[in-house]
Amino acid sequence: MDAKAKSIRTDEGAAVSQPLLTLSGIAKSFPGVRALRDVSLSLYPGQVTALIGENGAGKSTLVKILTGIYQPDAGDISVAGTSVSLPSAHAAFEHGITAIHQETVLFDELSVAENIFLGHAPRTRFGTIDWKTMRAQAREVLETLGAGHIDADARLKDLGIANKHLVAVGRAMSIDAQIVIMDEPTAALSAKEIEELFLLIEFLKNEGKAVLFISHKFDEIYRIADRYTVFRDGEMVGEGLIPGTSQGDLVKLMVGRSVDQIFPKHKAEIGPTVLEVSDLSHPTEFDGIGFELRRGEILGFYGLVGAGRSEVMQAVAGITRTSRGTIALDGNVISVRSTADAVERGIVYVPEERGKQGVVIGLPIFQNVSLPSLKRTSGSGFLRLANEFALAREYTERLDLRASSLSQDVGTLSGGNQQKVVIAKWLATAPRVIILDEPTKGIDIGSKAAVHGFMAELVAEGLSVIMVSSELPEILGMSDRVVVMREGRIAAVYDNNGLNAETLVRAAAGIAE
Amino acid sequence: MSTIQPTQARHIPDRLDRPLRSALLGWEALLVAVAVAIFIINSFASPYFLDVWSLSDLTFNFTEKALIALAMALLIIAGEIDLSVAAIIALASTLMGMAVQFGFSTPALVGIGICVGLACGVFNGLLVTRLGLPSIVVTISTMSLFRGIAFIILGDQAYKGYPASFAFFGQGYVWWVVSFELALFLAAAVVYYVLLHRTNFGRYVFAIGNNPVAAQFSGVRVDRIKLVLFCLTGLMSGIAAVLITSRLGSTRPSIAQGYELEVITMVVLGGVSILGGSGSIAGVVLAALIMGLVTFGLGLLNVPGIVMSIFVGLLLILVIALPLVWRRFMRKAA
Amino acid sequence: MNRLIRNREIWLAGAIALLIGLISTRFGAFASPGNLATIFNDTSILMILALGQMVVILTRSIDLSMASNLAFTGMVVAMLNAAFPAIPVPVLMLVAAGVGLLLGAVNGLLVWKLDIPSIVVTLGTLTIYRGATFVISGGAWVNADRMSPTFIGLQRMQFIGVPLLSWFAIVGIALFFLMLTRTALGRSFYAIGVNPTAAVYAGINVGRTKFLAFCISGLVAGICGYLWVSRYVIASVEIANGYELNIIAACVIGGISIAGGIGSVGGTVLGALFLGIISTALPVINVSPFWQMAISGSAIILAVVLNARGERRQGRIILKKAEAA
Repeated sequence: MDAKAKSIRTDEGAAVSQPLLTLSGIAKSFPGVRALRDVSLSLYPGQVTALIGENGAGKSTLVKILTGIYQPDAGDISVAGTSVSLPSAHAAFEHGITAIHQETVLFDELSVAENIFLGHAPRTRFGTIDWKTMRAQAREVLETLGAGHIDADARLKDLGIANKHLVAVGRAMSIDAQIVIMDEPTAALSAKEIEELFLLIEFLKNEGKAVLFISHKFDEIYRIADRYTVFRDGEMVGEGLIPGTSQGDLVKLMVGRSVDQIFPKHKAEIGPTVLEVSDLSHPTEFDGIGFELRRGEILGFYGLVGAGRSEVMQAVAGITRTSRGTIALDGNVISVRSTADAVERGIVYVPEERGKQGVVIGLPIFQNVSLPSLKRTSGSGFLRLANEFALAREYTERLDLRASSLSQDVGTLSGGNQQKVVIAKWLATAPRVIILDEPTKGIDIGSKAAVHGFMAELVAEGLSVIMVSSELPEILGMSDRVVVMREGRIAAVYDNNGLNAETLVRAAAGIAE
Repeated sequence: MSTIQPTQARHIPDRLDRPLRSALLGWEALLVAVAVAIFIINSFASPYFLDVWSLSDLTFNFTEKALIALAMALLIIAGEIDLSVAAIIALASTLMGMAVQFGFSTPALVGIGICVGLACGVFNGLLVTRLGLPSIVVTISTMSLFRGIAFIILGDQAYKGYPASFAFFGQGYVWWVVSFELALFLAAAVVYYVLLHRTNFGRYVFAIGNNPVAAQFSGVRVDRIKLVLFCLTGLMSGIAAVLITSRLGSTRPSIAQGYELEVITMVVLGGVSILGGSGSIAGVVLAALIMGLVTFGLGLLNVPGIVMSIFVGLLLILVIALPLVWRRFMRKAA
Repeated sequence: MNRLIRNREIWLAGAIALLIGLISTRFGAFASPGNLATIFNDTSILMILALGQMVVILTRSIDLSMASNLAFTGMVVAMLNAAFPAIPVPVLMLVAAGVGLLLGAVNGLLVWKLDIPSIVVTLGTLTIYRGATFVISGGAWVNADRMSPTFIGLQRMQFIGVPLLSWFAIVGIALFFLMLTRTALGRSFYAIGVNPTAAVYAGINVGRTKFLAFCISGLVAGICGYLWVSRYVIASVEIANGYELNIIAACVIGGISIAGGIGSVGGTVLGALFLGIISTALPVINVSPFWQMAISGSAIILAVVLNARGERRQGRIILKKAEAA
């Protein structure tokens, strides 16, 4: 993608005009929870405001209020100086507010043109949808974004994620949105795709749009944002200009305390090889994968999103079948044809998508923890609840889970605590090898530190850990060795000895040194 | 969205004391109340109702469907559904009738009925698990297929002439007023209760219904368990086919028409979520009893069967809608 | 992918052509234009019903009550006609449409306002509506000698050599095509089926849209209530019993995804025609009509298996991956 490089200029020091959107005194409660309390926020035309806060700080509630999904209990919303109400998504859209979400906002089965114009399609004089004009206008919009290569008739699901973002931005342009909300838009993107997205944001800035940018990643915030607003526990605790504000200041505002150490130093005894994978191949996903993992080691797997890291790990854990290659545990080749086999051998996989693949929402905490260990806690196939509770208690308490009882539905826990339940579930199987796929993705800084501290404890106890991560600081901070994957193959393996980020990025992107 | 996390000591209790009130407001309690109410209404409405033999006759109204409902409950909890159960009955009954023409004996007939049911269950299960097809579509099609085969074999004819000893299953009594059907149902209810609520298998069923992906990632053999559930549903349909055929003493291809809807109504009325993930055998047994009481009571009042079905349909919608309306009303009041 | 969707309809059309071809090798008259027009006319009601069902399925719902709705409205208009022969037939048709719409709206309201899964709601109303048919009729039939000649004759009248019944289907197909491809409502049926969350953000009221889908299926069932009763010249509690499955079968064979959001008017019409041809062909090739049920069952299985093949999620295909960017 070549977004219009020529039209992009930096906006630092642009004259600050009146805010385009002002929120004041916004409050919102749900049964038992006060999500927002007396919150204020201002967005300025041609500027990017970063909304920062830990999980549960109230960011998503605010987005839902701005897009007309939720109604605030109190407070005022003004667009361009006029007080407005947003009783529905349609009202938000009429006031020029639009949101670009992670991956969930568009329609895979519909065409690009329709994704851009759904809900405000051009009409013929009979009031029916004018497909011809719609296609032409869609092409025009894409053209302005420098995305003329996207076929307006293509089905969205055939597009890559970067192009989907272009379509989403095209939609914002087509409704002449003045206020664009980007809710963690980079969560699923590779480094290259993030750069492309930033070009788009610059483009929106130059068009005079006010952008609200929500992200957990500080490097992105410093790269793209002009201002910041920090939420903590449903309150606005600080705002200001990004230039002149240090990362440390922002972190302090976010957590209300300073976080000293996100990456604990771990000094585990590295022992003999535990797991040896050789020539593991899959017809379409990966080829010739070989690596070894030693006792007490954290092996980092780095690569761009879509490099095939998760696919390899899912094969090792028995979720996907392979076409070739062997997996050996303690020198003995084992056959892993299902997750049940892998769990029995002591290889467990903690998936990336916590909600979809990790916890079983609807079941209580203790049943989640005991699920893969039922064969051990039960007596000849019959449940023994006392054993299950004991097992669950042992591991959840060790992880400092915050819950009112072990019979609580796991769905009522916060994201960080759900992650603890998932990890407890796997530890309870007494594994030899634990594979963590993006273990800290989308969780707040406090929980991140806890997860990292815990990984250090695990290896100290003699477990071996494989950590798939797309976050360079995490890879560099935690791994003993790093495997870099690119396009389904292993690109390089490094000892983490004075290893720098640039080397990894180059290997992952296939750029020669 | 965040929830309130009570900060507390590191010890997490197994369970919080459940207030008595919440147990009393539970679904099963509601069903018991409804059952008692209908029982009382029935006994006032008809002088013939409060008689052991009447009550014994009453059970024939629901035992055959309820047997299938037990297995169907597990299947629906696991997030699948089987609409072909009535068609399985038709096919199994037809093949039993065919076997009679070749002079098969009673034990062989029972064996054929059960095996045909099981085979149909395997067929459904393989289509769903091996090919990854949605069970509602698979079983809508096998519903036509199975009953269609029965029509091919029988056309507008009927099989009769079942051996006298075969009549026991649908008409016999094991002790005083306790019919074979009732005894079999009670035994099956206990077995299914233990299976769902007291074994690993049952736990896996709940886990699959709530989140099949996470269950698979946790080492649960999701496809194998779903296959077993389809087999169980087929098996129970086969058993029901034996009972019905024995009770009626004849087979037409239109036998048990519409049973699938009544079975599913029973399961949903019993508190099993149609979306999967929750439910109990006690609820299903109570729901079966309620449906038996309603249809029998209306029968005593000479209400025709088709009008009874209005009550069944209303019951299905009301038991789901009323708690929702009530909750919404309470929230508005608060 | 778009091409593949079209391909699926071409496939189905091909299968139908092959079927007709095979039969006409032995029974030449089968493929004659006159006979094909008869098949179309015979399938009209199923086509119209399937189009209504399709709209509901697109929104990730299902309407099992259509056949019962049809029986009820059919009985209402037949009884009205028997009691008041003076009421003009077009008025009765409006009554049928109105009653059908009302019954559909009841389904829709329960789905919209109470969020009860549509399969449960319509399973309930399936029995209720049919039971209600018994209640209003007292179990009695309304047959030919109690119906007025225009009531029976209207849909047999010819216009440009084509019976009115076929015109109903033709106009219905055109209207559904227009609605689903050219109106905002039609596109929102697809949108909420493909991605309900995204639809909310695009300003679509998901519940209300589902409600409207049920209104449409109800309306269609009501109109078909009149058509059915006047075509088969009988109104009874038993008419179209179990027909809801044929309607769904037509949709599934026509490539409508039961998971919502995918499907076309062309596919649905072909799916219905496929079933229509089979039921017409069986007596012609001397097979007992009792084979029909098993054959349509097998046809659905086959259609679903083929559809699933087409829709099966491929992996990311990393190895050959060169993302178009």
